[in-house]
Amino acid sequence: MAHSFPEQVLKHLFSFLASDKERNSVSLVCKSWYEIERRCRKSVFIGNCYSVSPEIMIKRFPEVRSVTLKGKPHFADFNLVPEGWGAYVEPWIIAMSRSYPLLEEIRLKRMVVSDESLELISTSFDNFKVLVLLSCEGFTTDGLAAIAANCRNLRELDLGESEVEDLSSDWLSHFPDSCTSLVSLNISCLGPEISFSDLERLIAHSPNLKTLRLSQAVPLEKLPDLLCHASQLVEFGTGAYSSEVRSDIFSNLEEAFSGCKRLEGLSGFWDVEAAYLPAIYPVCSRLTSLNLSYATIQSPDLDKLISQCHNLQRLWVLDYIEDTGLQALAASCKNLEELRVFPSDPFLPEPNVILTEQGLVAVSEGCPKLQTVLYFCRQMTNAALVTIARNRPNMIRFRLCVIEPRAPDYLTLEPLDAGFGAIVEQCKELRRLSLSGLLTDRVFEYIGTHAKKLEMLSIAFAGDSDMGLHHVLSGCESLRKLEIRDCPFGDEALLANAAKLETMRSLWMSSCSVSFGACKLLAQKLPKLNVEVIDEMGPPDMRPESSPVDKLYIYRTVAGPRFDMPGFVWTLNEDAKH
Amino acid sequence: MEQTLGLLDTGEKKGSKMDQDYNMDMCCEDETELELGLGLSLSSGTKAKKSTWGEYGRILTAKDFPNGFSAGRSINNGGGGVSGTKRAADFAGSNTEVGSPPTGASQVVGWPPIRAHRMNSLVNQSKVLNADEDKGVGGNDKKEHSKKKINHGNSKDDAASNKEKGNLGFVKVNMDGLPIGRKVDLNAHTCYELLAETLEDMFFKSTKSGEKEQATKSFKLLDGSSEFVLTYEDKEGDWMLVGDVPWGMFLNTVKRLRIMRTSEANGLAPRIPQKQERHEGKPI
Repeated sequence: MAHSFPEQVLKHLFSFLASDKERNSVSLVCKSWYEIERRCRKSVFIGNCYSVSPEIMIKRFPEVRSVTLKGKPHFADFNLVPEGWGAYVEPWIIAMSRSYPLLEEIRLKRMVVSDESLELISTSFDNFKVLVLLSCEGFTTDGLAAIAANCRNLRELDLGESEVEDLSSDWLSHFPDSCTSLVSLNISCLGPEISFSDLERLIAHSPNLKTLRLSQAVPLEKLPDLLCHASQLVEFGTGAYSSEVRSDIFSNLEEAFSGCKRLEGLSGFWDVEAAYLPAIYPVCSRLTSLNLSYATIQSPDLDKLISQCHNLQRLWVLDYIEDTGLQALAASCKNLEELRVFPSDPFLPEPNVILTEQGLVAVSEGCPKLQTVLYFCRQMTNAALVTIARNRPNMIRFRLCVIEPRAPDYLTLEPLDAGFGAIVEQCKELRRLSLSGLLTDRVFEYIGTHAKKLEMLSIAFAGDSDMGLHHVLSGCESLRKLEIRDCPFGDEALLANAAKLETMRSLWMSSCSVSFGACKLLAQKLPKLNVEVIDEMGPPDMRPESSPVDKLYIYRTVAGPRFDMPGFVWTLNEDAKH
Repeated sequence: MEQTLGLLDTGEKKGSKMDQDYNMDMCCEDETELELGLGLSLSSGTKAKKSTWGEYGRILTAKDFPNGFSAGRSINNGGGGVSGTKRAADFAGSNTEVGSPPTGASQVVGWPPIRAHRMNSLVNQSKVLNADEDKGVGGNDKKEHSKKKINHGNSKDDAASNKEKGNLGFVKVNMDGLPIGRKVDLNAHTCYELLAETLEDMFFKSTKSGEKEQATKSFKLLDGSSEFVLTYEDKEGDWMLVGDVPWGMFLNTVKRLRIMRTSEANGLAPRIPQKQERHEGKPI
């Protein structure tokens, strides 16, 4: 039966399979399908760069055109992973430069990228088109200059929120005039030095540019010039959005925005001068995505702006929007799917704005399509969460951060167990959840019982005992990523559910109570896992086995233990017999 | 977080570098006394980074796990090598890095969970306001807040330093003798004392139980009494002792930090003696 279709036909059929999941399924059908599929897979996604080696990838998939790699654990975003931990892309680039001459796309997240790697990319792949570096670090504008100079067909250069060392402002000038292929450019993370003339020139000879995100260094007065060369933009990120208030600047700006008939998304808005906000009113009704999360604007300016964006699907904003603004949002933006509210000043002991659980409740009531939430606030109640859950059973990603660790329901002083319990019970499609506030083992019982589609769970300052962790590990069937900090979870739950770890991408635990001895035991029992102990105070084996480890990162791998660890990371392998 | 490890017992172990024989005089496993053998250096042929802090990552094998561990001083919470669950109970109440109940989000590393990129941008905006006037951050009058923003838009120097600082809320910190640097978010601190505390946590994590630490390496980085001093590189590239200028001014001018041996700090601008709060007995 497997041979009744010629390989060509199967290949053609497989080419319609977009997702990795589908291709993975197909490759499990039988040996010949596995062989056919692997030889024609064009795009590989590797969620943990240490789970597999470049050699293994290249051996299995020889025809790859697009590679996506993720490196450091998510908690690296919050400074919990010490510098030097790893996630170097270099070995991947070197291997691919030899074996994938036709490679077109590289997408990296949380990886360390050197200038040498960038140079190698720029010279190894003739048809290189897409470079996306999200939250990466380790490179300078020299590396970018190499990309600009050598990648003749570059379509996309996205530097995400990477840390780039600014060595010279003229790297943009390395784009030759003959390069007209640019479709997407995101330099929003870059520093204070930029050459406007180079930028302008680049934009002028990029007629296909659809996405342009500028850095803070680009002043408001320059925007009209840039925009008039790029009126076909679909996504635009401003630089610093303030200037001396002058009517000529305003009218130029308004005219420039009016000219952008295809604009659907806006971002940037550092340093906003509210008087210039009306300049974007002409495009508001078309906007589906608006990122004001760096803009310190408040009502009424903020409300006026948002109330005009009837088609908004995604809004990122600071807590200056307050409950009143969120109520207005709920009334105006019925297509809203994603809301992120960031704190303007989380370290103030007293709130500086009136942003409470009421705002989120209002949006959950008024926006029927709301499915993705990230919400920082200072108070929450079980009642509010229960209401939100009832209103929005279609919720898929729910991340709530009550800023004070272990804050209870402020009205009843009870833990927020019932509230989050309602979320997982009602929202049957929930895939991602971040917890906060005062939580006991109870909430984990609810999660283990109901959150069957949950793939990623983030826990901090929660739980009473190992039972909490046990509920999660034994109950959450779809769990792929679990990250925990400052919880009293120890050895028992982990060891009792050891096999579960092989079904997950990774587990991070820091400031918990997992002992070194348990780590060794896990490593022994499960050779397909890398058990890494991160401890900057010295070798963990110099302390008793019962001592808790500072940070623990466990992930499944077919590549065996890694060898590029810094001094404070210890990998325990199965030979670690006591 | 109440940790019973991560302890600094450098007074005793200092100098015992090539001690590979740690399976011999180890005593019983359920000892209540813990010791971190710093300066214990194992040459196993991996990366040759030298440091006084101990050895480098390698794969531990059977040979590395002797039947017991060396005795040392107890840095335990009430003593007792205990099982994970009991320790869990011990820890239940105090999970912050500082070891005392959190008085605010700023006491805890990596909390609230906001990306460094965003943190720098946001908190920096309000810190700049703070530096201008000795007012509380995020002053209560919002209108005034937005007025301030206009002023900054105009002032080119301020804007430039804003933008530089936009990426510099996190600054690198290196300590003499350690190859691995860290980063600290200056914007998450409101004064020198808190910064010193954080750095002391990061580089010299000490007992949580309130036991008085040995004096050999007391690390009061700010009062000149320890073996190390805290210094910073300013915008002009000069190295200065931390603590001499008002906090806000320091924020605007600091590029990176270095914990320097006192012996090497000669020639830096003389410090004006300051009364620093002693953190004795404060669980860190």
